[in-house]
Amino acid sequence: MTEIIQKVKNLSIGFKSKKGEEILILRNISTNIKKGETVGIVGESGSGKSTLALAMMGYVKHGLYTIGGECEFNSSNLLKMKNRDLEKIRGRKIAMIPQNAGQALTPNLKIGYQIDEALQLHSDLKEEEREQKISELLNKVRLPSPETIALRYPHELSGGQQQRVAVAMALAGTPDLLLLDEPTTGLDVTTQAHVLELLNFIAKDTGTSMVYVSHDLGAIAQVSDRIIVMYSGEIVLEGPSRDILKKPIHPYTYGLLKSIPKLSLAGLPQSMPGSQPQPGTMHRGCSFFDRCDFSEEKCKSNSPQLEYLEELNTSVRCFNHKSLMNDSQVNQTVNKIKTSLQDKEILNISEVSISYAKQNLLDQVLNRISDDNPTVKDININIKKGETIALVGESGSGKSTILKSIAGLLRTKGGVIKFDQKRNLSSDLKERDPNDLRIIQLIFQNPDESLNPNHTVEEIIAQPLKLYFGLKGEELKKNIKELLQKVRLGEFYMSRYPRQLSGGEKQRVAVARAFAAKPDIILCDEVTSALDVSVQAAVLNLLQQLKEDFGTTYIFVSHDLAVVRAISDRVAVLYQGRLCEVGPSKDVYQFPSHPYTEVLLGAVLEPDPDIKPKLVAEDIVEEKPPQKGCSFQGRCSRILGDICKNEIPPWQITNSGNSIRCHIPLKELQKDQIN
Amino acid sequence: MLFLIIKRILLGLITLFIVSLITFVGTEILPGDACTTYLERQAFGEQLEACYRRLGLNVPAYERYVSWAVNAIQGDFGYSLSGEMPIKEVLGPRIKNSLVLASAAIFIGIPIALILGIVTALWRDKLPDVAISTVTIFAMTIPEFISATLLILIIAIWLEWLPGIVIVPTDVSFFELLPNIILPVIAIAMIMTAHMARMVRSSVIQVMASEYVQMAILKGVPYWKMVFKHVLPNALLPAINVVALTIAWLLGGVVVTEVVFNYPGLGRLVIESISNRDLPTVQALAIILASIYVSINLLADLMTLMLNPRLKTLQIRK
Repeated sequence: MTEIIQKVKNLSIGFKSKKGEEILILRNISTNIKKGETVGIVGESGSGKSTLALAMMGYVKHGLYTIGGECEFNSSNLLKMKNRDLEKIRGRKIAMIPQNAGQALTPNLKIGYQIDEALQLHSDLKEEEREQKISELLNKVRLPSPETIALRYPHELSGGQQQRVAVAMALAGTPDLLLLDEPTTGLDVTTQAHVLELLNFIAKDTGTSMVYVSHDLGAIAQVSDRIIVMYSGEIVLEGPSRDILKKPIHPYTYGLLKSIPKLSLAGLPQSMPGSQPQPGTMHRGCSFFDRCDFSEEKCKSNSPQLEYLEELNTSVRCFNHKSLMNDSQVNQTVNKIKTSLQDKEILNISEVSISYAKQNLLDQVLNRISDDNPTVKDININIKKGETIALVGESGSGKSTILKSIAGLLRTKGGVIKFDQKRNLSSDLKERDPNDLRIIQLIFQNPDESLNPNHTVEEIIAQPLKLYFGLKGEELKKNIKELLQKVRLGEFYMSRYPRQLSGGEKQRVAVARAFAAKPDIILCDEVTSALDVSVQAAVLNLLQQLKEDFGTTYIFVSHDLAVVRAISDRVAVLYQGRLCEVGPSKDVYQFPSHPYTEVLLGAVLEPDPDIKPKLVAEDIVEEKPPQKGCSFQGRCSRILGDICKNEIPPWQITNSGNSIRCHIPLKELQKDQIN
Repeated sequence: MLFLIIKRILLGLITLFIVSLITFVGTEILPGDACTTYLERQAFGEQLEACYRRLGLNVPAYERYVSWAVNAIQGDFGYSLSGEMPIKEVLGPRIKNSLVLASAAIFIGIPIALILGIVTALWRDKLPDVAISTVTIFAMTIPEFISATLLILIIAIWLEWLPGIVIVPTDVSFFELLPNIILPVIAIAMIMTAHMARMVRSSVIQVMASEYVQMAILKGVPYWKMVFKHVLPNALLPAINVVALTIAWLLGGVVVTEVVFNYPGLGRLVIESISNRDLPTVQALAIILASIYVSINLLADLMTLMLNPRLKTLQIRK
């Protein structure tokens, strides 16, 4: 039997509420981490997964305390250890790779110093040796020119580079156990795939054990040998990763897997109703009871124990796992989307370019923007009424910039945005009349920031109703209630404040506010990326339902290609503010594709250990679009030569009506991409 | 970077220009002028005319402003009315005295404030924090004129340790001044120190809760090394601006305290010249106080720029 390096025994962590009650964040967790294995801990926000990972380093956050149990490492309990002894283990035996490296690197210290600090603490190397080691480590995490990187400050690196530095810093102490807390969340899809590949390589290369914490089953599937599924502070399922992803025998995992949109499936995934109970809510019985499709009477009052199944090498916390075992092959059914496409074009975007360049004095006087290489250029899209069109691309691709211009938050440099064939919307927000403002509404990524924390739900939704329709009194109330009903929130939500709502509920309020204006077009800016998967599916389904009811047109911006696949009729792929490919979504997801679309598709992580990401291009960050030629020339693996560098590629149209902007003939693209 | 410094300096000069305009216009609008004040009941007919001619008040206001401004830039603020002596000479020793007072308060107050702020933050919610925080809140809420009066009562009158009121000539030497300034310095420094200590405390607490400090702990960095390398540089940077504001705000405290202690500094001069309607002196004082205010803020901005690597590189890139 392989050696166990970390033993978690009956661990409970919690805090004291204002009333003095003990509220548990982790409830009686027991698990072992073996040498050389990678364990994935998966769960939605609030499931206690990060608290568990931190406890494995003997760290309990300010305000929380250990109620019982231990985390045993080298046969000593980390949670009872003195700080001085912990300092010798942290970074040397157990190292952490944080979620957000941009926040986790000290801003006033150079990269080189921060790695050197770890080396000084955890190795006996002399100064010159350390310097060499720093270069070695930076090389190992595949950062270009380590010597110059070491002299930079954290803010001078891109997100992916910062994450790599964090990995290098963790490796400096040659730890036996690496804890990774959502290490790729917040990175671009392509960067994420590269970082995961690097982590896999390191695990194999050094034989380090890893604990990988994430809400993203796709990422977990790529790295872990074993998976622990957490729900409401408890382990509900633990076993070999292939079995758990292919044949989940716990209803929560089953539902979770079904709610993830897949590249191969068009249509909306099924959502799981309800949400995770808040810590401290009294419950007898199973904590998943009210969201479970398989629940029985006994689940209500008896809470199931974690049961170890010898034949599957799996532990499960469910009375009904046997019935799930027989037919739990995740047969994902999707709700096919109905398109209510009409022939009428509602928004014409032609030759639009947008620039962030500062105007100099002369330009200000002449009221013009002169920038020969604007951030966004040559955008031509005609959007039909009732259509859902998605703009996809990595950060910096200009997708949000285009949304801002349509909403009027950003002036265009050139080109025309026309609504309903006649009304010109190219002008600034200030020059639009109230009706032009009403027809276009925005839903933002993060409802925490887009809802006024000092307004009740009623006030939030009343705002557009009063502003655009001048409603008052009873009629206003009636309308608010109807809208809440539409987004499936009860009337009693009216008096609540945003902080009293869960993430999904907040986003529903934001949706209700957008629909209150009875808009023709709704701009959705990454509306689901701050939400948990099960909630994401519910919000997507809601948006689709509302669209069918009202015939609204959506312009949907997202970096998640699977989500886009699920909801959109048409997709536009952007790179560096230039269009690469536009077409019906089923065709964009098939070859031939623009080489950039190919890169994006290859990097998507599916919750299936058999589908590995294909890394086609390097994840370099380009600061500015190239002056001439194809926008993707800097990263393209299929680059032809001078023609790509000097000439803007022509639009080629495939048989199915997909437009691809590339110099490579379609037939050759198809041949290369299928092989 | 250089461009930014020049821009800040220019903005400061514009501020000073506006302040001078406002004080000039203000003194023009007020009923009566230097001559009517000076001549009192004889202020009519021939004598008034002669006075106007002597003081140059018979030319239009804008001409007087221009000639005043040109002279002021060269350091010549004209003549004080009450003493009939050049304002320059009146101001000189006063500025020195106030400077001694203020800088003593600053040099004692800032280190104490930093130490108190850091101690309270690191021992947050423990005994040292609770004790010090209670005292600082108390010190913050008592206005100078009360604390100054109490100090005089307790230390000078009951205990008779130090002189309660400063009775020295304006141009006294530094060492003779020293025993006299102890009480005023305490009175001024109290509010300022308490205020800064609170700011430093909250800034340090905020940084201690940041992800990079958590990361440093998880990296195994020993506690005090973490405090000095990862916490303090990041926590004290935003405190610089607060300190500058507090110092600028201290100017007001200086005025009050000087009057209570009868201290021969700029503050008392402000009160004296206002009650004497010595308008040229008031004008000069307004400009001087404004320039101190502007230059302290400028200095703080530049220091933040120099010390923050993030701002520095941003400027270079642009």
